[in-house]
Amino acid sequence: MGKMIINGRECEFTNETNVLEVIRNNGFNVPTLCYRQDLIKDFGACRMCMVEVEGKGLQASCNMPPKEGMVIKTETAELRRIRHTILELLIANHDKECTACEKSGRCELQRYAFEYNVHPMGKYLPRAEHFPVDKSSPSIVRDANKCVLCGACVRACEEYQGLEVLGFANRGSATLAQPMAGKPLAKTECVNCGQCAAICPTGAITIKSQVEEVWAAIHDPEKKVVVQYAPSVRVAIGELFGFEPGTNLTKQLNAALKWMGFDLVFDTNFSADLTIMEEASEFVERLQRNDNLPMFTSCCPAWVRFLELKHPDMLPHLSSCRSPQGMMGAIIREYVPQYYNDITSKNLVSVAIMPCTAKKAEAIREEFKRPDGTYEIDYVLTTQEIGKMISTEGIKLKKIHGEEADSPFGKYSGAGTIFGVSGGVAEAAVRTAYEIATGEELKDVKIDEMRGLHRVKTVELDLKGKKVKVKIVNTLKEAEKCIKEIKEGKADYQMLEVMACPGGCINGGGQPISCNEPEIREMRANGLYEDDEKGTWRKSHENPDIKELYAQHLEKPNSHKAHELLHTTYSDKRKGCYIGIADC
Amino acid sequence: MEKVCLKVDIKEEREKANKKICEQGLRVLVCSGTGCKANGSDKVIEKFRQLGANVSTLTHKDKMTVIPTGCHGFCEQGVLVIIPEFHTTYVKVKLEDVEEIVNSHLVGGKPVERLLYTDPASGRKISKSDEINFYAKQTRTALKNCGKIDAESIDEAVAVGGYEALAKVLENNDPDAVITEIENSGLRGRGGGGFPTGRKWRSVSRYKGGKSYVICNGDEGDPGAFMDRSVMEGDPHKLLEGMAIAAFAIGSDEGYIYVRAEYPLAVHRLRIAIKQAEERHYLGDNIFGTDFSFHIHIKEGAGAFVCGESSALIASIEGERGMPRPKNIHMAERGLFQRPTLLNNVETFANVPLIILNGAAWFCSMGTEKSKGTKTFALTGEVNNTGLIEVPMNTTLRQIVFDLGGGIRNGKKFKAVQIGGPSGGCLTEEHLDLPMDYETLKSVGAMVGSGGLVVMNEDTCIVEVARFFMNFTRQESCGKCTPCREGTKNMLAILTKITEGKATMEDLDTLEELAHVVQVSSLCGLGKSAPNPVLSTLRYFKDEYIAHIKDKKCPAGVCKALQKYVIDPEKCKGCSKCARNCPVGAISGEVKSPFKIDENKCVKCGACLSGCPFKAIDKV
Repeated sequence: MGKMIINGRECEFTNETNVLEVIRNNGFNVPTLCYRQDLIKDFGACRMCMVEVEGKGLQASCNMPPKEGMVIKTETAELRRIRHTILELLIANHDKECTACEKSGRCELQRYAFEYNVHPMGKYLPRAEHFPVDKSSPSIVRDANKCVLCGACVRACEEYQGLEVLGFANRGSATLAQPMAGKPLAKTECVNCGQCAAICPTGAITIKSQVEEVWAAIHDPEKKVVVQYAPSVRVAIGELFGFEPGTNLTKQLNAALKWMGFDLVFDTNFSADLTIMEEASEFVERLQRNDNLPMFTSCCPAWVRFLELKHPDMLPHLSSCRSPQGMMGAIIREYVPQYYNDITSKNLVSVAIMPCTAKKAEAIREEFKRPDGTYEIDYVLTTQEIGKMISTEGIKLKKIHGEEADSPFGKYSGAGTIFGVSGGVAEAAVRTAYEIATGEELKDVKIDEMRGLHRVKTVELDLKGKKVKVKIVNTLKEAEKCIKEIKEGKADYQMLEVMACPGGCINGGGQPISCNEPEIREMRANGLYEDDEKGTWRKSHENPDIKELYAQHLEKPNSHKAHELLHTTYSDKRKGCYIGIADC
Repeated sequence: MEKVCLKVDIKEEREKANKKICEQGLRVLVCSGTGCKANGSDKVIEKFRQLGANVSTLTHKDKMTVIPTGCHGFCEQGVLVIIPEFHTTYVKVKLEDVEEIVNSHLVGGKPVERLLYTDPASGRKISKSDEINFYAKQTRTALKNCGKIDAESIDEAVAVGGYEALAKVLENNDPDAVITEIENSGLRGRGGGGFPTGRKWRSVSRYKGGKSYVICNGDEGDPGAFMDRSVMEGDPHKLLEGMAIAAFAIGSDEGYIYVRAEYPLAVHRLRIAIKQAEERHYLGDNIFGTDFSFHIHIKEGAGAFVCGESSALIASIEGERGMPRPKNIHMAERGLFQRPTLLNNVETFANVPLIILNGAAWFCSMGTEKSKGTKTFALTGEVNNTGLIEVPMNTTLRQIVFDLGGGIRNGKKFKAVQIGGPSGGCLTEEHLDLPMDYETLKSVGAMVGSGGLVVMNEDTCIVEVARFFMNFTRQESCGKCTPCREGTKNMLAILTKITEGKATMEDLDTLEELAHVVQVSSLCGLGKSAPNPVLSTLRYFKDEYIAHIKDKKCPAGVCKALQKYVIDPEKCKGCSKCARNCPVGAISGEVKSPFKIDENKCVKCGACLSGCPFKAIDKV
């Protein structure tokens, strides 16, 4: 608590850890390229946030602790001159392909260069070397020619996932942020979470786009394009069209997708419900047999890949259920041709819209390969990509009239929708598992202890006399700690929910760029919880479409047919990926 | 504080050590510093030993012992051989000279005249080292024992008073008094910053209680500087003792010496010294039988200049990439592994035992009002005597260059010195009578730095000097912050353009602008000081920059691109030798009439000039 003078005005500060936050919380701003509120490690590399501090001269505000009575100026001729020079130097060294850059319009360097009137053909040395663009990963494209070395990706990989796939190489102006020994991303331990792309201020790390492929399928009269979209897409896509974060646009999105030319629109929330049916049953069964506990949730593909790459010995703990995307993919392939006469397994193109870059990698897992060499899901688009397509099509989400998703896989329960937030899968599973295990109705479906965006939550439940403990973590750094606990025999919980992105899918690597601001994360999560509150059904097994599916086709959860369609296997994937230094 | 009775009597140990040294007979000290080693001192030592084993008729003693020592400092004259008994210093000793020294001097009693130092001014042969100007004008305190003892023997260190200061401190058992003594001495950081050492110790001691660290910064990375190396190689025990005293004062039990891996000899001798000191309980657990324990580890750096910067050094010890961190929290509170940390430079620690033994007043008696004591400098460049020197801080530049250094080589004119390495600045003729203290140097845009002193003569191009240092900092920038990473690259590009005669006056403005931005906005000291060579040369030699830009001329005649070779038609006899010598076929003409150089083809190699029998070719 205290007061300081910013630009001649008295400003208050409370628990801010640095002067930059105080400046921003009081309605002023200074430009930053390397500062990220969500990252713990001080970096202080871009030097854009320098301010004039009375008695101390020019100081970087991002790592200066606020002190009572400080007198600060955020804009002076000298500061503008410094920022201009820094931007001019960065722009000179930048691959200025702005028109074709995936980040164009959302690039922070581009924005500041505009604000500070920095000409692309300035007086400094243009970039001398052109590095090949790394397109090896199914999810992420890395273009070192656009990197400003803010180090956000390096820190994110380390602080969120504990993987340290990216690091710094070389010195001075030859410095690069890249995987060890300059390996292509696909040959590293990268789990495709995309947090590096989400936090990158420029186009140096972007999402591998499949927009053109999907347009081609839509425009091909021979093809029938069936699309599904994930829970957290609906509460984030609005940010690209001027809505508040967290605004639920389920119906507008259904309509927009149909307008664009998708033939059928299904909701991944439906298959989230389906996942719960299978996973809750599996959990109750395992609990009864005390088999490979704690059971790990399996809907996060980054988490699955993490286990396959780093802890293959723990794979038996992983639920055999496919992720909601994978289940929906199978259901679409198997049953859509049965319900729709004009659609055959040959002309069907299956597209998934996800908040997640790792889903692109999940779609091309060996396990999901069809006999003809194609995959059950043909293309995975992220929220960012579909946003771009909607913009291209010129659809105004603010004006569009909402529509329902198509049947018979369009309805969903509140349990399905909260899959998009850390803790949601566990909460949804408990709602159903309770009733399976006890045979009684769960009255109060809201489990508060499972909510909130902190990285670790542990909840103890009473299944009619039998105590069950569930641990919920987000980020793989926390997950790694759980693995250690389990290996050391210190884990006292029976279920472990892991989502790799901080906060869960609402903050996935494919969501609209938010620079991981905690406040935006919170608003998106609230959007999903509100959707749950308002839902007609709150438990997955109450969803009429689900009941219908089991009655017509699958018989019951974990049946033979269900296993064939909805479950999968995992394997040790260490081979072929970076293992040790000898490999370099 | 109550006095503590030590279980080891250092005075007694000193006597024992002295007795051992007496038993050595005639001591022949051969410099075994890195410079002399490169000149073959290992072989000289071996030869002395070989011959010594067979000699039984020495003039004085019944036997001789060859002692490999640390650096004497007079590297220019290596290999140096000193026979203290005879007050004789032999210079530039080669393997083939050893036999003569043994037979003529050690056995025959007749010094070998030709191997004595020749005074460049008088041409007189000098035998006694303290009569050689280079040594006579120095005040050696930190370097006192360097070159006089065998650095690999703890007995030799103890014989000259090693660990007596530590014993005194432990006996008195008053850490606070130690800090007060250091504060009173006015000792300031010798690594370049000049921060008062006592004040630093005091601030770390405030966080007493938990784990804390003492780090010695031995990451001497300035091109041409080797002060710290000499201490580590020549008198490692003094450094260890200084660190142990600091640890006692601030209540630490663990220390690190961060030393470049390019200093293998220093690492080797430090390792030996630590082992020996631990065996005698001067280090390790329960030092001198007291409760005080202090363990020292050696961390070898991978040679990044930036790792001499405190926060990068700490990152490196912690196992991270050596990149500076923002310093919003003082290291005294949270440094290495987030614990209170004291970081001092090698030379600073080396001064500590002497201050403790001789008292703060003794130390204060040297130097200026605000800069007490002595400072070591690595004197290099166009000066007659290059090497390592230690002088009181009130010594003037003139005394260093002309008295110790013996003036400029080959009778050339003095132009400037670059002081403080790539972070420092240049001093010119007008600064010759300034004392070399922290404040004075800072006021004229230079700095003491770690103590590199490069002397330049009239044939040095000042723009090229700035370019050289800028190239160094560009390469050594860690690449973290934008101004340093991109700014140094662009400053180098402009400086290169100037030396190539391609720059405009706008480029010069851009250079000044960039220098300013890099100076005020870089993250760490390396970046902030990177423009110093440019700024200080611009301050004193702007006309030289302008000559390159406007007149396309390099006044010193160094920048190749600005040189022009012309044939004087009056003198040219048309012999065609130059045309035949020219590697690129730039010279043509008809025999017996004057030849011509095609400027567009000429690569300025100078082959024509050096080969012309009629001196008809000029470089303009």
